[in-house]
Amino acid sequence: MQALLDVFDIYLLEAVINGILLGGVLALLALGLNLIFGVIDVTWICYAELVMIGMYAMYFMVQYYGVSYFVAAPLTILLVALLGAALHYLVIAPLLTAPPINQLLATGGVLFVLQSFATVAFGIDFRNLGIRLPVLAFGDMNFSYARLLSFVAALVGMVAVYLFMTRTFTGTAIRAISQDRQIMALMGVDAKRIYLITSALGGALAGLAACLLVLQYDVHPFVGLSFGPITFLICVLGGLGNFIGGFIAAFLFAEIISLGGLFSDLEWGYVLAFAFFIVMMFIRPAGLLARRR
Amino acid sequence: MMGRGRLAAWGLGLAALAALPFVYRDPYHLHILVLILIWSFAYTSWSMMGRFGLVSLGHGGFMGIGAYVTALLWNHLGLSPWIGIPISMAAAGALALIVGYPCFRFRITGHYFVLVTLALSGIVLQVITATRDYTGGSLGYTPNRTSGNKLLALQFDDKTTWYLIALAVWLFGIVVWHWVDRSMARYALEAISEDEDAAAAAGVDVTAEKLKITLLSALMTALAGAIYCQYQMFITPDTVSGIAVSLQMVFAAIVGGLFVSLGPTVGAIITILLAETLRIGFGTQAVGWDNLVYGVLLVLFIIFLPKGILGSLLDRLKPQRKVPRAHEQEAVQVVRPGA
Repeated sequence: MQALLDVFDIYLLEAVINGILLGGVLALLALGLNLIFGVIDVTWICYAELVMIGMYAMYFMVQYYGVSYFVAAPLTILLVALLGAALHYLVIAPLLTAPPINQLLATGGVLFVLQSFATVAFGIDFRNLGIRLPVLAFGDMNFSYARLLSFVAALVGMVAVYLFMTRTFTGTAIRAISQDRQIMALMGVDAKRIYLITSALGGALAGLAACLLVLQYDVHPFVGLSFGPITFLICVLGGLGNFIGGFIAAFLFAEIISLGGLFSDLEWGYVLAFAFFIVMMFIRPAGLLARRR
Repeated sequence: MMGRGRLAAWGLGLAALAALPFVYRDPYHLHILVLILIWSFAYTSWSMMGRFGLVSLGHGGFMGIGAYVTALLWNHLGLSPWIGIPISMAAAGALALIVGYPCFRFRITGHYFVLVTLALSGIVLQVITATRDYTGGSLGYTPNRTSGNKLLALQFDDKTTWYLIALAVWLFGIVVWHWVDRSMARYALEAISEDEDAAAAAGVDVTAEKLKITLLSALMTALAGAIYCQYQMFITPDTVSGIAVSLQMVFAAIVGGLFVSLGPTVGAIITILLAETLRIGFGTQAVGWDNLVYGVLLVLFIIFLPKGILGSLLDRLKPQRKVPRAHEQEAVQVVRPGA
């Protein structure tokens, strides 16, 4: 083991592994967005803001009401799932037949609403959970338990979604409707119900991400802006609606951010990721896994 | 072509606007008017792209570059804004080309285009925050007060001067809008927004036409950012760049009306008056409330009045005006092919 570790620069290896751990959460975020896009053909610009609301929910439940973290987490997931369903019911459903751009801008309006709601209701202070998880030392490298836990939970969440999509009737219907919208209505599937379920599922994934992110980051009304753009980049790079592409892209971006952050600030990691994205657009404009025309 | 009556109306209106600060001198109201004019110019710049279906959420980035590059050059290198503004505009234009070229060349449209530009404005915000040693990060940035020539530093103390500058810049924006409206480029871009393949088959250079309008729009937005910075003498990443500013532009343009030249101006008047009223109404607790109302209105507008206030009003006044062009219909009406 030691021999293997000697081969690499220890910090480099640590950054690489941290990148993989970060990738798990990013992949979870991208999965939620891709699910919504793939099934309903709508992009939720306010996706990261749903996560922000979830983080606040966690913060208040754990800090103010003294609920245990593991009780608060399912409640938060449920809450954000309900939010997702409400978002679909109130905003997207009336616009289902409108041009896609209008749907997108309407969710942009929701972004404003959620951000300013958080500002009005919770103020602009940075808040954190106050849970300090121990640090895991492995060789000379340090990893925080929070990241490890997030990674594992994100993977479990993704596997659960995969099983739901492949093993249940509803999941099958969701996949079917994303393939052909018109036919499924004739097959006796209620498209409205499926859309609502998908939105709730997307919301639940945002809620799960919120539970994990709140362990690592402070929450404030604009926290969505710090990982929202990167999530969109991941989805576009992976190909909107393409789950596997999004998964791979999430880890690619996470590595770039993590390694970029090794040499400089974290923000520069984001900038590097964006530069990488622009280059990739020249090479693979329709997404990582798209066939070349 | 404008009728003689309309031209006369424009002339009279402009004369009245130009004469206003010499008759009416309330500094607060003048301040609001200057803000409205500057933001109107920015919204008009955005709508030049937006009206052709090129919905960009990256304009917050261009505006941020305009404001910050000008201020940084002035503070660190002592470069006068007269030189700094063109440099900042060139920087924004270069970024627009770098991001725009692959987008247009590889047919990245619709959702994809919005998300890419959205990320662009997010990244500009990150860069401004990351280079906090120079830009002051999220605490904001103030251009140094000049002790020498005020004209050279483009810093004026009295509101009347700023009002006239803002009026000129705004008028410039409207003129450019009409210039584009009457050019061949408009027909090309309308054709592109309706059907890219058909337009390309008819001999329209899709990539070049889109790049031209994007470049023009980005340059003007950067100018708006620089003027805003010179007027306010204080900028923060959140007020001149980022997703919120981009969405604000889209919102105002849609509220006012995307397809008429004065639409974005009407949007600016409505949104800024709304924000000011809320600010005064709620006092110091207003933080966030104005955006909350913004957001709700944006959603309602998109659902119920996608043509905007001025656009719908003009339609109401002249029902037999003409058949709306297909891409306008698309923004209004229902069925989307394959939906």
